Amino acid sequence: MDLITIGFYFLAALTIVFGAIVVITKNIMHSAFSLLFTFAGIAGLYVLMQADFLAITQIMIYIGGILVLIIFGVMLTTHITGVDVRSGTLGKFQMIGAVMMMIVIAVSLIVVFMSTRWFLAESQPVEETAPQIGNLLLTKYLLAFEAASMLLLIAIVGAAFIARKHK
Amino acid sequence: MEIGLTHYLIISAILFSLGMFGIVARKHAIMVLMGLELVLNAANINFIAFARFGGMNIEGHVAAIFVIILAAAEAAVALAIVLNIYQNFRHVNVDEVDQMRD
Repeated sequence: MDLITIGFYFLAALTIVFGAIVVITKNIMHSAFSLLFTFAGIAGLYVLMQADFLAITQIMIYIGGILVLIIFGVMLTTHITGVDVRSGTLGKFQMIGAVMMMIVIAVSLIVVFMSTRWFLAESQPVEETAPQIGNLLLTKYLLAFEAASMLLLIAIVGAAFIARKHK
Repeated sequence: MEIGLTHYLIISAILFSLGMFGIVARKHAIMVLMGLELVLNAANINFIAFARFGGMNIEGHVAAIFVIILAAAEAAVALAIVLNIYQNFRHVNVDEVDQMRD
């Protein structure tokens, strides 16, 4: 086992264990903090797949932005100290259905992924990805790039408008 | 065994099903949002894995960047809506929110 293999299994275990904690635990604050480790593990997987720019983007946007936003949302909408009686889980029947659905999705996806013969190109020399991504964003995907900037502007204005205090 | 495409795809499949479970089985609106983030991250892992093992094709990275942009916009708007629901109902359980006006 070389270092890459050990690192891969470590990051995979980190991602999946904490991802399971996110959806299973009762305490919503714990799941928000477990999400941190899941995102960090995914960033590590990106590094193993030679996607350095994406790994940094993952850390900056997901951990630095979305996760902080989610923790703010949790703290503003949950009674942290007392047990929130109204946020129980589902009934037994629905819970069994949800677990069955999860298992069916996971098994069918894994079977499809394992049984397909993927077309694999032979591995190429890896260069830095950031200049290539920048080139593509400003040439082939210029329209989508500008549309994304407009979308972010609209989302900011709309979110501020929706969340403001009503008189 | 060499770490290949299938390993990453299996991780993303497990993460996707965990996220779907979070969306379906939890009542708290922010838990549903976290499940959604897990699903989007699973899709991103797939994009990057196919980019890496399809001959370091950089267009997969661009697609992943757009997914991250959409996730950020969606999280901001969704949390604004959740705060608004909390002001009206004093809770954010998605199965009990049944009207949109005061």
